[in-house]
Amino acid sequence: MEEDVQAERGISRRTVELVVASIFLLLSVVAFYDNYTRGAGWASDGPQSGYFPARLAVIMFLGSVFTFWVALRAKTEMFVTYEQLIRISKVLIPLIIFTIGIEWLGIYLSSALFLALFMIWLGEFGVIRSCASAFAFVIVTFVIFEKWFQVPLPKGPVEALLGL
Amino acid sequence: MENLNDLLNGFYVALSFKNVGFMIIGVLLGIVVGVLPGLGGPNGVAILLPLTFGMEPVSAIILLSSLYWGALFGGAITSILFNIPGEAWSVATTFDGYPMAQQGRAAEALTAAFTASFIGAVAGVILITFVAPLIASFALKFGPAEYFAVFFLTFCSFIGLGKDNRSKILVSLCLGFLLAAVGLDSVSGELRMTFDNPQLLRGFDFLVVVIGLFGVSEILVTMEEGLAFKGKRAAIDLKVVLKTWAGLPKYWLTLVRSAVVGLWMGVTPGGAIAASFMGYGLAKRFSPKGNKFGTGEIEGVLAPETAAHAAGTAALLPMLALGIPGSATAAVLLGGLLIWGLQPGPLLFVEQKSFVWGLIASMYLGNIVGLIIVLATVPLFAAILRIPFSVVAPIILIICAIGAYTVRNSGFDIGQMVIFGIIGYIFKKLDYPIAPLVLAIVLGDRTEASFRQAILGYEGSLSVFWSNGLVGSLMVIALLLLFWPIVTEQITAFRRRLAGAPSGS
Repeated sequence: MEEDVQAERGISRRTVELVVASIFLLLSVVAFYDNYTRGAGWASDGPQSGYFPARLAVIMFLGSVFTFWVALRAKTEMFVTYEQLIRISKVLIPLIIFTIGIEWLGIYLSSALFLALFMIWLGEFGVIRSCASAFAFVIVTFVIFEKWFQVPLPKGPVEALLGL
Repeated sequence: MENLNDLLNGFYVALSFKNVGFMIIGVLLGIVVGVLPGLGGPNGVAILLPLTFGMEPVSAIILLSSLYWGALFGGAITSILFNIPGEAWSVATTFDGYPMAQQGRAAEALTAAFTASFIGAVAGVILITFVAPLIASFALKFGPAEYFAVFFLTFCSFIGLGKDNRSKILVSLCLGFLLAAVGLDSVSGELRMTFDNPQLLRGFDFLVVVIGLFGVSEILVTMEEGLAFKGKRAAIDLKVVLKTWAGLPKYWLTLVRSAVVGLWMGVTPGGAIAASFMGYGLAKRFSPKGNKFGTGEIEGVLAPETAAHAAGTAALLPMLALGIPGSATAAVLLGGLLIWGLQPGPLLFVEQKSFVWGLIASMYLGNIVGLIIVLATVPLFAAILRIPFSVVAPIILIICAIGAYTVRNSGFDIGQMVIFGIIGYIFKKLDYPIAPLVLAIVLGDRTEASFRQAILGYEGSLSVFWSNGLVGSLMVIALLLLFWPIVTEQITAFRRRLAGAPSGS
């Protein structure tokens, strides 16, 4: 679309503004629909459960329409360059994998892997140093949460093996 | 006189061995949190909050509010030594703080910043000590309609006085209210906006939202900038401290001006960020050395720090007296009160005397403790920033994940945190303000409850909000604030017309 405007390539701010405003428009319509169908009026015992949220959904709809309209007329600016996007995904994608990993591996193993791999891959640390730091971090976390605060965190097969 | 008596009792509560210990731990953690990107006042408190569920409420709030003081102090360290504001409210501190550090006057700048913070905070606590009980006793007369009017006033002033795009503030607020409404409606027992998804049954927890919006998003923003920390070294010795202190009385007018601006911005939800810029701007305009600002003028460090801390502290006033937080961190603390089983609002001053006054006393002590600790340990905390980002980032994210998990022991919440992290990143880039969203999520249920109760007595007629002088004037002020930009525009236009009329005729 407007890629040739700037030397660096990326996603234009206007596009993102319009997409976000549209999502909010959609959300407000969905929220209104849900509350309206459940009842947003007056029952014998007072306001129905949808009364308040439905009215807010209407306000949000109007606000989003206005935001959309302003964004339409805005000048083109860069929202994020592709280079920046790659940098962000370098932390976001491992984070998502880490989050999914917690379910299977427990939070401790998953954290250790996340930290070690992140250090090796992005920090260019040595493998031994990274693994040692990750191991130490996880031990400290374990002591603080499970022993001091006695807050059980999600565990996986390794903890079961160790009998913790 | 009665206040002072209560305050003395408060000191008795706060000065117990255990509570002073919590104060020190809180301040230390707070400085760490303030120094690191991605951890800050609001989500530092949010992450720690679930761990305090089992604690005595007084100790818990002392720990968490001390963390807040520490975070306020910590923000100044990174601003001055690294030219990186650890917190948004310390951006203005970089303007003169970093040039001072470059000239080898880092210790002087740091001492000035910490002392100014201390002065600002104490101004805030004094205001709380004397004004909060008055407001609370006045607010005891409030019914649901008056409460709704006060909530309405808060939200209106956000929109009217906000610097960001106003329609975006409005959308952010509405989104917060709608998110707060998701799940079981406690009045009717109906499920709202769950769309038959069992995970949405319990609704959105504001702590998880805060951790995502403030923590994860900040890491994404930092990552985008491809940040490398390059900083100045500093150790503070007593001689520099005393010398800097000796020079401070010269700047009393700047300090007083900034403190007043900060107090005002803190009580109204303008917040510490706006206050720090305003304090800096005013000092620049009125100081005889105003044109040298930005080149390493000590006044340029004093002004924003005093204002930011005065605002940060004063933001707790409406939270204590009315149950309405003046900032995102205050909102999280307020959520804590609910979790510990305390009903925020004016009744606290009647029913939970030792809690309230213990907290207020701890504010005095916490800031003294904070000042001493921060002066003594600057080199240590500056060293934290020398740890490469590739180590710090995953550790912060892991801590955020643990924090989100411990709120309700739910793995689903960690996923929610990541999603809100992405939302927070987009919000920051598009200038959608985050604080109104957080405030609306925390206050949503109570705003709605007071609204429902109020109109219930009037059979659904909105005239209840004009039914007596008190609620009526609150609503008028609210509407005035909502349309403040238009009001001021009209006033200036009117003035111009007055001024222009004689020459025209």
